[in-house]
Amino acid sequence: MPTTVAPHEPATTPTDAQLPVVPLRHWGRFTVGALVLAVSVWFLLAVGRNPNLDWPTVGEYLFAPLTFRGLFVTVWLTFAGMVMGIVGGTVVAVMRLSSNPVLRVVAGVYIWAFRGTPILIQIIFWGFLGAFIPTISVTVPFTDVVLFSAPTSQLVPATVAALLALGLNEVAYAAEIVRAGIQSIDKGQTEAAKSLGLTPAQTLRRVVLPQAMRVIVPPMGNETLTMLKTTALVSVIAGQDLMSNLQAVYAQNFKVIPLLIVASIWFLVLTTLLTVPQRWLEQRFGRGVDPGATRRPLSRALMPRRTR
Amino acid sequence: MTAPATDAPLAHAGPEDPLVDARGVVKSFGSTQVLQGIDLAVQPGQVVCLLGPSGSGKSTFLRCVNHLERIDGGRLLVNGHDVGYEKRRGKLYELSERRIARRRADIGMVFQRFNLFPHRTALENVMEGPVVVRRRARTEAADRGRELLDRVGLADKASSYPSQLSGGQQQRVAIARALAMDPRLLLFDEPTSALDPELVGEVLDVMRDLAADGMTMLVVTHEVGFAREVADVAAFMADGVIVESGDPRQVLGDPRHERTQSFLARVL
Ligand SMILES: Nc1ncnc2c1ncn2[C@@H]1O[C@H](COP(=O)(O)OP(=O)(O)O)[C@@H](O)[C@H]1O
Ligand SMILES: [Mg+2]
Repeated sequence: MPTTVAPHEPATTPTDAQLPVVPLRHWGRFTVGALVLAVSVWFLLAVGRNPNLDWPTVGEYLFAPLTFRGLFVTVWLTFAGMVMGIVGGTVVAVMRLSSNPVLRVVAGVYIWAFRGTPILIQIIFWGFLGAFIPTISVTVPFTDVVLFSAPTSQLVPATVAALLALGLNEVAYAAEIVRAGIQSIDKGQTEAAKSLGLTPAQTLRRVVLPQAMRVIVPPMGNETLTMLKTTALVSVIAGQDLMSNLQAVYAQNFKVIPLLIVASIWFLVLTTLLTVPQRWLEQRFGRGVDPGATRRPLSRALMPRRTR
Repeated sequence: MTAPATDAPLAHAGPEDPLVDARGVVKSFGSTQVLQGIDLAVQPGQVVCLLGPSGSGKSTFLRCVNHLERIDGGRLLVNGHDVGYEKRRGKLYELSERRIARRRADIGMVFQRFNLFPHRTALENVMEGPVVVRRRARTEAADRGRELLDRVGLADKASSYPSQLSGGQQQRVAIARALAMDPRLLLFDEPTSALDPELVGEVLDVMRDLAADGMTMLVVTHEVGFAREVADVAAFMADGVIVESGDPRQVLGDPRHERTQSFLARVL
């Protein structure tokens, strides 16, 4: 040590490789970790020992045939509803961006009506369609000749009503997502495609939509999760889904909480599974834009994301 | 060369007819008249360079030639067709987008900002037009695409994505993409303006080769040296009109018009 203060004396720098390094202690992490552990133990004990939670009942219904039947309907409703939403939403989005003013207005009114009313009301509306349109018939226009006639309740059973409600509602939300995706693409892309001689439809299908997918996929993933959970609402029209079936059980035995736990466990399982296809789609459409994201098999999506 | 009379029936441009024949072309956006009567002809095999200050309407004119905009007045014949219209029984009928698309297929365009399709490789970019518009078989289009990439010096970049290429390389892919349609006319809108100075040369070299091969080109550029060397005609544009045009040595070397003189003094 010099006896006088030497301002230009070089401080110990990381390049002094021989010196031992004392890593920074993350005291905050230890403290918070201990707290979280304590709270978790308390919570698990409280939950596990609470007789009202009735774990045997949870176990009894977790893998019951009735649960699986409901699960099947829930998955099917989510899948079909999303297909309807994405296909219909793309059509409505293109209408909304069309140069045809009639199509633009029709699409605008559709989105306005379906986004502006609660999904619960829409579900009940489709479920009780038979109440104000008792029969559906097809007649030859301007004559009394009836080609086809059937009671509405028979044509539109509860699961079909549920699908109509969820799908038609999703069309409105998907349309806005697709529209935002299309509008996010640089105008130069459309011009380049046009100058090659691509028609507007070819330009949309081959140039704009594939690029817009990068913007569309993440919110569509959210929509799918929301759709999955919204299926629980179709229990109000006895839609035969997971929630409807479990609700029917607790209406009889009053074991509300255990059966809701069964439903929650299955919803968590399904939402967790859904993250896999979403991650794969994100990588698939990041091609050419995300560095290194070229063609990847599905198996790569299953592995944890690499940190860059 | 004598130009045909204005209302001469022109079904298709013959080998002697101009590929671009603009007479008094007017184009407005809202209340601003961007093109105020453009007169310009591009003969087959010619290279015409269009110079002028920013905002003078050069891009707008090119976009009109490529049917990306409709004109509001005058007459614009490209490849023997009225842009955006079909002439029948003494009337001009507005064309549908699909019919316009078919006409665009014979005209290539190269943009300032390349506009390559980022989700497709260089080769896929070049194949897009032939496969989708001309309905060529993929293998045939791929062979031709590789040839064209080779021609612009990028044979080894066929499977690269645009994001993996330099600006100069991207612009050369864009030229190959335009060539893949076997265009009768190539339009360039400031093809080197977005490039780093050291990459300008490689793009100009490709364009020089095309000119030597007899490609008809209408080039908007600030590269006065290139225009003087390669162009058959140089045209100077300001405020929506062509102020003077003719032999590039004269227009760019000894301009008569005061606007041209002051512009050249600034760029040179
Ligand atoms: N789509 C458009 N809408 C309104 N104004 C436009 C549009 N395109 C170009 N303009 C205007 O037209 C003028 C000429 O533009 P442009 O043709 O791009 O000029 P240049 O290519 O010579 O720089 C500019 O004032 C520009 O703002
Ligand atoms: Mg311009």
